[in-house]
Amino acid sequence: MTLRDQLEKIRQEREQNIKDVGDLKKLDALRVELLGKKGPITQALRSMRDLPAEERPQFGQFANRVRDELQTTIERRRDELKQAMLNKELQEEKIDVTLPGKPVAQGQPHVIQQIIDQIEDLFIGMGYQVLTGPEVEEDKYNFEMMNLPKDHPARDMQDTFYITKEILMRTQTSPMQARTLEKHDFSQGPLKMISPGVVYRRDTDDPTHSHQFHQVEGIVIDKHITMADLKGTLQLVAHELFGDRFDIRLRPSYFPFTEPSVEADITCFNCGGKGCAVCKYTGWIEVLGAGMVHPNVLKMAGVDPEVFGGFAFGLGPDRFAMLKYGVDDIRNFYLNDVRFLTQFSKKG
Amino acid sequence: MKISYNWLKEYLDIQVSPKDLAEKIERSSVEVDSVTQPSDGLKKLVVGKIESLRDHPDSDHLKICSVDVGEEELSEIVCGAPNVEAGHKVIVALPGSRIGGNVKIKRSKMRGVTSNGMICALDEIGFGKDVIPKEWSDGIYFLPDDAKIGEPVFSYLGMDDHLIDVDVTPNRGDMLSVYGVARDLGAIYAQKPKLNHPSVEEVSSLAADKVKLDVNADLAPIYKMRIVENVKIQPSPLWLQIKLWNAGVRPINNVVDVTNYILLKYGQPLHAFDFNKVSGNTIYARQAYEGEKLTTLDEEERELDAKDIVIADSDKAIALAGVMGGLNSEIDDRTTTVAIESAVFMPTMIRKTAQRHNLHTSASQHFERGVDRGGVDEAVDAAAQMMHELADGDILKGIVTGSSYDVKDEVVQVTLSRVNHVLGTHLKSDQVSAIFKQLGFGVTLDGDTYTVTVPSTRWDIHIAADLLEEVARIYGYDNLPATLPTGPTTLGKLTEKQILIRDSRRLFEALGLNQAISYALTTEEKAGQFMMRKSAETQLSWPMTNDHTTLRMNLISGLLDDVAYNNARYVKDVALYEQGRVFYKDSADEVRPSEHEHIAGAISGQLVVDPLQNAKRNAVNFYQLKGIVEQYLQNLAIEGDIEFVATDRYPEMHPGRTADISIHGHNVGFIGQVHPSVAEAYKINETYVFELNLDALLEMPKKMNQYQPISKYPAITRDVALLVDKNVTNAQILAQINKKGGAYLKSVHLFDVYQGKNLPNGKQSLAYTLTYQNPNATLTDEEVTKAFDKVQNSLVSELGAEIR
Ligand SMILES: [Zn+2]
Repeated sequence: MTLRDQLEKIRQEREQNIKDVGDLKKLDALRVELLGKKGPITQALRSMRDLPAEERPQFGQFANRVRDELQTTIERRRDELKQAMLNKELQEEKIDVTLPGKPVAQGQPHVIQQIIDQIEDLFIGMGYQVLTGPEVEEDKYNFEMMNLPKDHPARDMQDTFYITKEILMRTQTSPMQARTLEKHDFSQGPLKMISPGVVYRRDTDDPTHSHQFHQVEGIVIDKHITMADLKGTLQLVAHELFGDRFDIRLRPSYFPFTEPSVEADITCFNCGGKGCAVCKYTGWIEVLGAGMVHPNVLKMAGVDPEVFGGFAFGLGPDRFAMLKYGVDDIRNFYLNDVRFLTQFSKKG
Repeated sequence: MKISYNWLKEYLDIQVSPKDLAEKIERSSVEVDSVTQPSDGLKKLVVGKIESLRDHPDSDHLKICSVDVGEEELSEIVCGAPNVEAGHKVIVALPGSRIGGNVKIKRSKMRGVTSNGMICALDEIGFGKDVIPKEWSDGIYFLPDDAKIGEPVFSYLGMDDHLIDVDVTPNRGDMLSVYGVARDLGAIYAQKPKLNHPSVEEVSSLAADKVKLDVNADLAPIYKMRIVENVKIQPSPLWLQIKLWNAGVRPINNVVDVTNYILLKYGQPLHAFDFNKVSGNTIYARQAYEGEKLTTLDEEERELDAKDIVIADSDKAIALAGVMGGLNSEIDDRTTTVAIESAVFMPTMIRKTAQRHNLHTSASQHFERGVDRGGVDEAVDAAAQMMHELADGDILKGIVTGSSYDVKDEVVQVTLSRVNHVLGTHLKSDQVSAIFKQLGFGVTLDGDTYTVTVPSTRWDIHIAADLLEEVARIYGYDNLPATLPTGPTTLGKLTEKQILIRDSRRLFEALGLNQAISYALTTEEKAGQFMMRKSAETQLSWPMTNDHTTLRMNLISGLLDDVAYNNARYVKDVALYEQGRVFYKDSADEVRPSEHEHIAGAISGQLVVDPLQNAKRNAVNFYQLKGIVEQYLQNLAIEGDIEFVATDRYPEMHPGRTADISIHGHNVGFIGQVHPSVAEAYKINETYVFELNLDALLEMPKKMNQYQPISKYPAITRDVALLVDKNVTNAQILAQINKKGGAYLKSVHLFDVYQGKNLPNGKQSLAYTLTYQNPNATLTDEEVTKAFDKVQNSLVSELGAEIR
């Protein structure tokens, strides 16, 4: 058997050995045995000097090739074994992905706050300031400057929590109209303001009444503000807060501080305008009061009604929330049952 | 007020259904509460005639009636009414019919005799007891003799009419009458309503010879009277009774009914009284005397004072003016001479009298909202003429006047450009003129200016803005364009403070707390709990309930109410925060409190509910809540050291588990566990709370964000474990370490706290990691060791620590 034949034989046998090795340690031992200093390849290369000089280069090449091939086979086998081991490990690490995630702390804004924030953001985008006023108010601002003198019959419409004869819990956010009108410097531009806040009425709490609720007052005063602007603004509120399929309609109403006064109805949430028991088969639900600011209100605040005019509106976030989410008892908003509070995810 | 559709049709050519008409009223005038038909829910009620009747064999009051209901055979119907009588036409509920109260009538046996239905009284077919005429209150009703047997009864009783219930705003008192509604509908439909005006057939003797009037015109600016003699009191004709009961008014007799009818028709309250019952021949309208007594028609004796207006004869009050007549001059069956008063009283006085005596009558409601001052004469004329026609009365000549003045039309000017400017419309001058004319207003146009003459029937119109409303509503709000305000640009943004308040809310939500909104009005006791500062309380002068009498001076008590609400419903895990106002007064004589923004939180049970964890072990404790508050304060980036200082100064808080929170020496709030006895009183589980003065936090200077270079040089750490007395606090140790830490001590972190077994009594073990770093060079071990030793030594000497 020539040296070459011997080598070829080794290659064939050993290649099979390598493929049969089952773990990394044995593979390593085999590698040392085969390719180490005492291994058959090294031996064969050493015996090369017994060959005639002209055969040596060819044999050398061959021997090196055999060595490289074995090396490659070993490495391939090593990769295979490693992969198999890893696969086994991964198999063992398998978890039940259907077990629950670990809870994290996360609170929610109150549903009424969400509505108020939405209203604020909408009006800020249209260039309105947001102003807040006192909850304990003077009769002067709450009533008198809103064109409701002491003996005005409309004072019976809203029962008031008085603290003294002149100091009361505000029954509306409208006093902020008077307060801002008094202060506003019209030489610096128009007045565009909303005022969100808590208001109080002397009411017995029941599903539709609460002695405490929220309002967002709005007022725009400039030289060229029209009732059509009011209509467009309220339409925008309806679209932004509730969606494009909601429309508004205006009806005549009465507030001492606006003239003309209107009540705005919105498309019924329940039936979409077709008519149902909720909307008394009209397709509309009353949501807010508005109007053109009464000349007396402007005059009392020192604004010339011949030059300036505009609109005002009062939105009811409690009512909006009740309609939007179908809440049937206003008291829910103030009892703070956690199971209630956590129902209103931010983008409901 | 319920307005009859059929009645309106007497004056207007109405082509639309009652529902559509109501919708039109709502869109153009006033709100409509409902449109109903008295026959709603009733069926198979027909005219029957009792042909004969016989006694029931087994009853002493039941009768067996043979009734013709328009069928081939007579029906046998058992009836127990005391007034049942043969020959009358009656209301028969046939078998299978439905009567009032949604009751179904079936063929049934009454003491062994089959009754084929039921003969009905008015209250059994849905009439309110308060509108049924007295004569029909205790028995079955007899229909008119010409009623057709077998036909539905509804048309004979006005029950096929439609009633439009209008909810009239305070400014539209004119809509509280059929004429008023007819006029407004005339404007809306561009029709001239056919309103009739009375002509009075008088006898020759003068009313002024019969009665003298002595009237205080400050109380009654208009006061007029007519006298009708020789009236014959009897029930009113059915058509009149129907009009009254459909409006919710009980028919009484032909004189009283006329006054009520005139009120419905014209909106002018009248008062008719028996002139023969008064002393002397002078009628006074004056202030009541202090303590004067009057028994009103409702048989209540009322004590009056000078703020009430009375109508009186020479020795006694005979009516509470504008509200209710007196019993002593009531029209009764023997009345022959009737005085009819038609007047205008001061609205505010009537309103207050009605309130004071809790006596809100139809008359007082009309006077409160005002009446047509130009219509006083017509109303009394119409009433007198009706009493002539219905009660055979003789109308004495002339109206007697106690007070009066020239009621002028209101003249208001407005320009076309103003109309279009305010409404945002492009109306033409003739469009606007037409609207004014439809409303029955006089109008002249001079250039751009309308001069509008408003009749006294619309006493709510005084200024140009009022006319704008008229134009807008008659033109139709649906026809207005929808635009947005134009003009100079304004900057819309939240203020710094508003942003910080919003941020505060977001932060507490991110930290796991749900926003609560509680009541600001609470009990006196709760209002004064958990007080961060001294304050007098603010109380309502006339609260509605005992639960809401006083303005809160803390937010925590409201949150604890919320926790209690949840705990009572087996919701144990509650994590809430509230941002809102508290109300302080420096002294009790200060009237108006100052308002301060606070933010507070309460956690009971687990903050993060993890069903895989032991609920008890996972329950909130002081440190978890403190972590939340610290994280919040850190996010606010307030300049200055934040300190938590143990305190027992809050009686409602656990004395050993409460800390005042101060920033740079300023107290901004507190945190801790609610005192177990307070928790028990609130009926809540163990709860931890905090309250912060948000206003103070918002005003504090904030750290400017400045880039801090990250050191290239490595940090070196040293750990130290200390055995110290239990009363030595973490804050003390930290202060000591920082004091002696040297220039390169960068931070100190507590990493272990141990109290309990294996330690000597009264001792605790705390362990800290000290991190040293020099921003400009690599620290050597020796440098660090030197600094560290110094710290250790000082802990031993200053705090008696044992280094472990
Ligand atoms: Zn609906």
